[in-house]
Amino acid sequence: MNELIQESKVVSFVEHLPKTMLPFNNDLLSRASDVLKSIDFPTTRTEAWKYTRVGRIASISTANQVAREGKNLSREDINSTFQTSTAGLTFVFENGIFRSDLSSGEFPVGATIKPLTGCTKDELALVGKSLKLDNEVFHSINTAFAVDGMYISIHDKAVIDAPIRLIHLITGKNTVSNLRNFIQIGKFAKAEIMQSYFALDAETSFTNVITEVNVAENAHLTINKLQYEAEGNYHIATEQVDQAKDSTFTINTMTLDGTLVRNNLNIEVNGVNCMTNLHGAYVLKSNQHVDNHTIVDHQQPHCESNELYKGVMDEKSTGVFNGKVFVRKDAQKINAFQSNGNVLLSDDATVDSKPELEIYADDVKCSHGSTTGQLDEEAVFYLRARGISEKSARHLMVAAFIGDVLSKIENDEFRDYTHTLLQERFGWEF
Amino acid sequence: MITIKNLHASIDGKEILKGLNLEVKAGEVHAIMGPNGAGKSTLASVLAGREEYEITEGSVDFDGQDLLELSTEDRAREGLFLAFQYPIEIPGVSNINFLRTSLNEIRDYKGEEQISAKDFMALVREKSALVELDAKLASRSVNEGFSGGEKKRNEIFQMAMLNPKLSILDETDSGLDIDALRIVANGVNKLKTAENATIVITHYQRLLDYIVPDVVHVLYNGKIVKSGPKELALELEEKGYDWIKAEVDAQ
Repeated sequence: MNELIQESKVVSFVEHLPKTMLPFNNDLLSRASDVLKSIDFPTTRTEAWKYTRVGRIASISTANQVAREGKNLSREDINSTFQTSTAGLTFVFENGIFRSDLSSGEFPVGATIKPLTGCTKDELALVGKSLKLDNEVFHSINTAFAVDGMYISIHDKAVIDAPIRLIHLITGKNTVSNLRNFIQIGKFAKAEIMQSYFALDAETSFTNVITEVNVAENAHLTINKLQYEAEGNYHIATEQVDQAKDSTFTINTMTLDGTLVRNNLNIEVNGVNCMTNLHGAYVLKSNQHVDNHTIVDHQQPHCESNELYKGVMDEKSTGVFNGKVFVRKDAQKINAFQSNGNVLLSDDATVDSKPELEIYADDVKCSHGSTTGQLDEEAVFYLRARGISEKSARHLMVAAFIGDVLSKIENDEFRDYTHTLLQERFGWEF
Repeated sequence: MITIKNLHASIDGKEILKGLNLEVKAGEVHAIMGPNGAGKSTLASVLAGREEYEITEGSVDFDGQDLLELSTEDRAREGLFLAFQYPIEIPGVSNINFLRTSLNEIRDYKGEEQISAKDFMALVREKSALVELDAKLASRSVNEGFSGGEKKRNEIFQMAMLNPKLSILDETDSGLDIDALRIVANGVNKLKTAENATIVITHYQRLLDYIVPDVVHVLYNGKIVKSGPKELALELEEKGYDWIKAEVDAQ
């Protein structure tokens, strides 16, 4: 009986959502819809969701997802609010719907960039190829109800210097935004993508985003991701990445706001001599909850992966880090490093940190570590004894702690804006 | 400069300072010696404002101010400097950034303008030379990966940068080889003026060959039990503390 009631929760959640109009292949769509008929939202009994309760998402009243009139905004508003430079390309989505009136930029030579709604069935033939749908309710919802998203194809040997910005706004009450991005980086190509998520007058709204990425042979991609949806809103993101040989993939994830944020990074390293960098910082307060779930699957030899996640948690915030590295049987000579550090600024903040290694090869160098603690009070005293106020002393130390991750960001615009938001939300000068 | 009267301090209910009296005037150097557990480091900690210690009795006047009423940072801003016995490593916080913040907060407190980047760097160059501190160390994280000698030199470098009225050197000589000791002592001597004062807390007479005190005090069982000229240090070196302990315990 209980099961029946829970089943209906998924059904009632999706019944008012408009079915996707995107030209996905039929098999993918029917698989997604089959999953949704037979699945429940995960509970804390599901290992992958042990520390993250999605009940509040499941109970969003999703009726009346009528196409709302877009927010009255201009390109200048976007540039000034989000401190985007005028160089490069900016694409804005509101609740998953592409806002061409807010988007701007010169299209670079060597790339095809457009919303998914403007794509052909052929262009989207590979969508969903590596993404797991079985038992994945949010992946399945996204697939069946995706509104729009960005198609980015960087052609072989093209080097796109200007950053490609994807700004996603969520607005309104009880809005559900299913956003799907599809990114292909051609052989010997190079690009950088910024993804930022903001809320404008949003309340109990939910962003469910999937970004599928294929990094071809010897290609380089960096994704800088900023999550700043206001408290009261929920966000689940999955990056599904396939790396071919000799490629480099880097993602920097900054989570600074939002009531519940879950990031799934699934990196399949399918070629030899790859480099994978996963960096993340989360700075939280009030009742925020952030869950970073990462999987790096080394299937081929001679690769390196570096994972560094750091969190600063104040008040009653909670954090989860679950990082898993697989090193398959034939993946010899792998260097895999994984590190998670947390500073708790309050007695009520908690962190569950679980770094995991699963190694089947015998000639590898892997390490993982996790630390959670408070600021070193001896150090605070030392700084105060030099005339620095207690507040500044703590800020200096927090900044130094997080600075480790921020210093990995090579894009000045993105790093500066992260600093601006830290100042705005926490009053911290970094 | 500083007048300590009948100071009693305890930690976790255990009384460590038991009625300590001390007066240091501008232009003077005082040495405080004494056996282990006498309360030397407690005195330094209490003056710097460590909150673990409870002051149960007594007063400390610092240049006309009630020192015990001030927070740790305000004591530093008023010109009190403690060179730590065990300088703390602070990963990620650069020495330079730390000192600029420190200098500017002190200036702000005094209603002075912030130091310009150019003047600051000039000051860093001048003062790091004083203790022969490699300029590279100045830009590294505070004390991280420094040798024992480098840490102590870094303390004196900070002292030079902040130009305090009263410096308390807490066992700054411990763990130093003779070369490092000479460098540290030279630094301290060069910083000495008629307007500032220094309290040198030490175990060993050796440091006092380089930093010559005006007065030597013996701290024992939470009190200053004997004071004398610099020769007292030599006598202590020669005869140890037992004769003083016996003298005090007999009373």
